[in-house]
Amino acid sequence: MDTLTIEGRARLFGDDINTDYIISSRRKRDSLDPHVLRQYLFESIDPQFAASVEPGDILVAGENFGCGSAMEVAATVVIGADIKAVLAKSFSRTYYRNAINNGLLPVICDTSGIAEGDRLLVTLGDAFSVRNETSGVGLTAEALSPVVRTIVMAGGLVPCFQNHGGFPDLPST
Amino acid sequence: MTGKTIAEKILSSKSDTDSRVGDVVICRIDHLIATDGSMPMTIDYFERMAGASIANAENTSVSLDHYSPPPNRITATLHEQIRAFAAKHGMNVFEVGDGIGHQVMMETGRALPGDLVIGADSHTVTYGALNCFATGVGSSDLAAAMIGGRIWLRVPETIKVDLEGATADKVHAKDIVLSLVRTLGADGAAYKSLEFAGSAIAGLDMDARALLANMSVEMGAKCGLFHADGTTEAFLKAHGSDAGQPVAADSDAEYCQTVTVDLSQLEPQIALPHQVHTVVPVSDAPDESIQMVYIGTCAGGRASDLHEALAVLRKAERIAPGVQMIYTPASRGILSQVSKDGSLAEFVAMGGIIQTAGCGSCCGTCGAIPGDGVNVISTANRNFKGRMGNPEASIYLASPMTCAASALRGRIADPREFA
Repeated sequence: MDTLTIEGRARLFGDDINTDYIISSRRKRDSLDPHVLRQYLFESIDPQFAASVEPGDILVAGENFGCGSAMEVAATVVIGADIKAVLAKSFSRTYYRNAINNGLLPVICDTSGIAEGDRLLVTLGDAFSVRNETSGVGLTAEALSPVVRTIVMAGGLVPCFQNHGGFPDLPST
Repeated sequence: MTGKTIAEKILSSKSDTDSRVGDVVICRIDHLIATDGSMPMTIDYFERMAGASIANAENTSVSLDHYSPPPNRITATLHEQIRAFAAKHGMNVFEVGDGIGHQVMMETGRALPGDLVIGADSHTVTYGALNCFATGVGSSDLAAAMIGGRIWLRVPETIKVDLEGATADKVHAKDIVLSLVRTLGADGAAYKSLEFAGSAIAGLDMDARALLANMSVEMGAKCGLFHADGTTEAFLKAHGSDAGQPVAADSDAEYCQTVTVDLSQLEPQIALPHQVHTVVPVSDAPDESIQMVYIGTCAGGRASDLHEALAVLRKAERIAPGVQMIYTPASRGILSQVSKDGSLAEFVAMGGIIQTAGCGSCCGTCGAIPGDGVNVISTANRNFKGRMGNPEASIYLASPMTCAASALRGRIADPREFA
């Protein structure tokens, strides 16, 4: 089975982070380009955040990350900021789908023990796990359904379409 | 084997399977909708996925509602690109001024009982009011569904919401749903379906049902479903639509949770800034001044919302000085109705402002924007910081009656004071 690993620095957020907090709807009036929008990432709740992002940072949140609107820029802007994974106790269903479709890995796990700046290693192989290299704690992530895994391993829905020549059929469990 | 919920039945039917909670199924789609907010990215994904044509173009719509009218050159040009794409692929366009796509879908028979509708907008859930399984997705899922005509969905668990008893005077469907959001929380129905039931349903008109279904997503729900009944039939008939193929839950269907709301005990409610689930009775609300009153959106921009606001506004001559009071009709049909029945003129005479039918000021994409330090009271569904285009404003959510009472006082006010 293919293995995907992502390593980076934890950036902490709380519960119920809605998509308007990730990127304000009004910014869409001026651009949809993730590389432009990244300068406004989390501006309503953390105006310093966008300037402090480093490539490979990993978002770590509580419950219900990405609630509110289904707007997909809330996923693409995160990728535009060179962030490859989001860890949360739970996601809104639209954010979860949008993340997967764009190659941003959503990881459902108990994030309560993770501190700002912790070094994290996410591994999606036979198992799906997170190792906190700063604290030494290992976490088990909720397994991906077969269809979700197919899209994740393809790198998103666009490459998945290119590979399958259309809508991916459900892999057998 | 127990019976099935509405969600299990519709997804079984659309996937030609006997599916149950937890199954991942690939479903045929009856109608797809995008908005001018989601369509530009949908076009981009469609092209990157090498989409050649739309599988079911006559049942694919795009609504030019978020930028209605476009506030700048960039969004006006996006509209031109959307119109060109729609013409090329034979899809249907709801034009600027036609209204919010969700309302137009309901008024034009594009969301019928028993249907599966997928929309690139979270408030697609609104059509659950018509016994239609309707859920929001992003632009990439919509593009894939346009190309293939299908979508993968996980069959959701269902929470049964039992509505019992009758509401008191000046208590609105908005108060019912705000109370429910407080009970379940912002993620209390995440990944789940809500099925509205109970003896009070028969007394809820289609506007009330649309509001409840609409705000299901504020609890994280995948959809919020009603059964079809005489009210459903009458609504569809009045708009010249088919009756669809109503789907009822089995009497022994399995629910993961049942929530009962006793409507007779409800007072007017208000959601405090900046979360929808921070709800208190208006009688316990802070005594804050109000500078902007907003009646509009796919939650609260229907004709009945204006009528109910006016019933309170009529208790005085004019709104309080310094208050900006705005109505944005949810559709052209609604605008026409409130023009004919005189309520629009009455609202304007009271000091009100009218905006173009559409999403208006809801998410800061067009229309009036509140200033720094301004307190807004609104019939909308979301009050996140920055939602209306200014993170320095605070948004309260309430019924049209509570909004009207607050417009008269210039402070948060209980509509029961204007009995």
